[in-house]
Amino acid sequence: MKLEELDQNLLHTVSDFKDIPTGAVNIRKDGKPIYRHSSPNIEIKTGEGGGLVVEIKPGTKNETVHAPVILTQTGIDDKVFNQFIVGENADVTIIAGCGIHNDSHGRSSHEGLHEIIVKEGARLKYVEKHYGEGGGTGEKVLYPTTRIEVMKNAVVEIETVQIEGVDDTVRVTEAHIHEKGSLKVMERLMTSGRQNAVSDIKIFIEGQGGSGQILSRSVGKDNSTQVFKAALVGRNECQGHVECDSIIMGQAVIKAVPELIAEDSEAVLTHEAAIGKIAGEQLIKLMSLGLTEEQAIDTILEGFLK
Amino acid sequence: MLRLENLSFSVHNNGESKLIISDINLEFKRGKLYGITGPNGGGKTTLAKVIMGILPHSSGHIYLDDKDISLTNITERANLGLAYAFQHPPRFKGLTIEDLVKIAQPKLSNLSVRKKMRDVGLCPEDYLERDMGSALSGGEMKRIEILQVLARNAKLAIFDEPEAGVDLWTIQRLVDIIVSKYHNNPEAAAVLITHNRNILPMCDEILVIEEGRIKHQGQRDLVWPLIRDDIICQVQDTCGGEEII
Repeated sequence: MKLEELDQNLLHTVSDFKDIPTGAVNIRKDGKPIYRHSSPNIEIKTGEGGGLVVEIKPGTKNETVHAPVILTQTGIDDKVFNQFIVGENADVTIIAGCGIHNDSHGRSSHEGLHEIIVKEGARLKYVEKHYGEGGGTGEKVLYPTTRIEVMKNAVVEIETVQIEGVDDTVRVTEAHIHEKGSLKVMERLMTSGRQNAVSDIKIFIEGQGGSGQILSRSVGKDNSTQVFKAALVGRNECQGHVECDSIIMGQAVIKAVPELIAEDSEAVLTHEAAIGKIAGEQLIKLMSLGLTEEQAIDTILEGFLK
Repeated sequence: MLRLENLSFSVHNNGESKLIISDINLEFKRGKLYGITGPNGGGKTTLAKVIMGILPHSSGHIYLDDKDISLTNITERANLGLAYAFQHPPRFKGLTIEDLVKIAQPKLSNLSVRKKMRDVGLCPEDYLERDMGSALSGGEMKRIEILQVLARNAKLAIFDEPEAGVDLWTIQRLVDIIVSKYHNNPEAAAVLITHNRNILPMCDEILVIEEGRIKHQGQRDLVWPLIRDDIICQVQDTCGGEEII
């Protein structure tokens, strides 16, 4: 199958590929699947409502599932429910994400509900990138929801990235961590213009010896707004940490609301939150190495969100 | 090479003007190592920052190779060949040591970066990809700062208290590197702002700055005997009379 240049560019941004990779792949474009391929260990099939069910066999190692969504037509209101089941002792990566190209004045939106079950002893890295582009005034809107079950001894890392081009986003993440399970959520976000972004993360550490970590780095520019809510609920002997760190620029508004709820006396939960502008001494330092002020700002932001 | 002519810097507070640097005249010449010392608050770091363009001079002129650079900004001065190792270098979340060294000197090969790291006592395997965030000690930050300035190959490199926070073994190593790079270098000179009585005698010329003015200035052999006892007294006062290196 040959992809159009516009599709290739969107896919490259959200999934790091231009040509269709080998292995398990599902590409959804403008509300419909346009390419699907299962691998011997990873089966992709159609679930209820036209979404995906991705089943990864127990013990599968070092394989990647690509499941990007792209929107290239305006006026589309794409909704999908996907389910990922990672079998016992598997070790895999899932790269999802959504890229929107909107050159028109109408709105394009994608609302994705991902349910992920990571079974006992499995390891998963889940990457989700969001990106919007196009010269029209039409809004590019994303409402992703991720629900995840981290079963006994499973280790999960979620990395979400939204660096540019999405006008409005509300991201909801809810996780339940069971006995000795571990989850780390890393979020990187940059908003500009009049963009609005809300991230609402709730992690319930249910099992003994479980651990949960939420790390957020964000940059708010111009007149954009960001709300970051991160709640850790410790329901057993467990450890949890929330860290949200933001750089604020221009007239942006950033609200960070870390919340810790201990429902067990053996729960150890901590948080750090910081919002501030770029430190003047950082700018001066980089300028003393020969960068212009603009280059210094770009370098600091790029590093911060790296 | 770098000439300061009637250079002053003042701050304004509640309608009053206070001179921090007053009417400084001096010249730094290639191939020489200059030691600047003097009491705390005397204006040493301020002078360095005015030279680098970090603080704006109030009056006077700065000439680099006879070109008046008084009105240039920090970036321009850096690209003209001035470099400054900060007394308290800032931290950067997300930037690695390798990132910063490559910003300091984009032409450096990976091999050269590694060699320069070893020179300042940082093992590349352990430090190359370390984040410049909060996990580094003050001494490590200082070594990385000096490394960046050494990598710049500046015409005039200013090191502001290179010994601060660095262990005794590493101080000597760092000073040896600075001396070997700049002493008799036909292209460059270095300035060490220091209170260290082992470093000052290694400099070719010594300046003592007090209350924003040059109190003593000249060849090491002439100035060091004048100030040696004062510095040792200051150190002993600070350390409760104990002799330290």
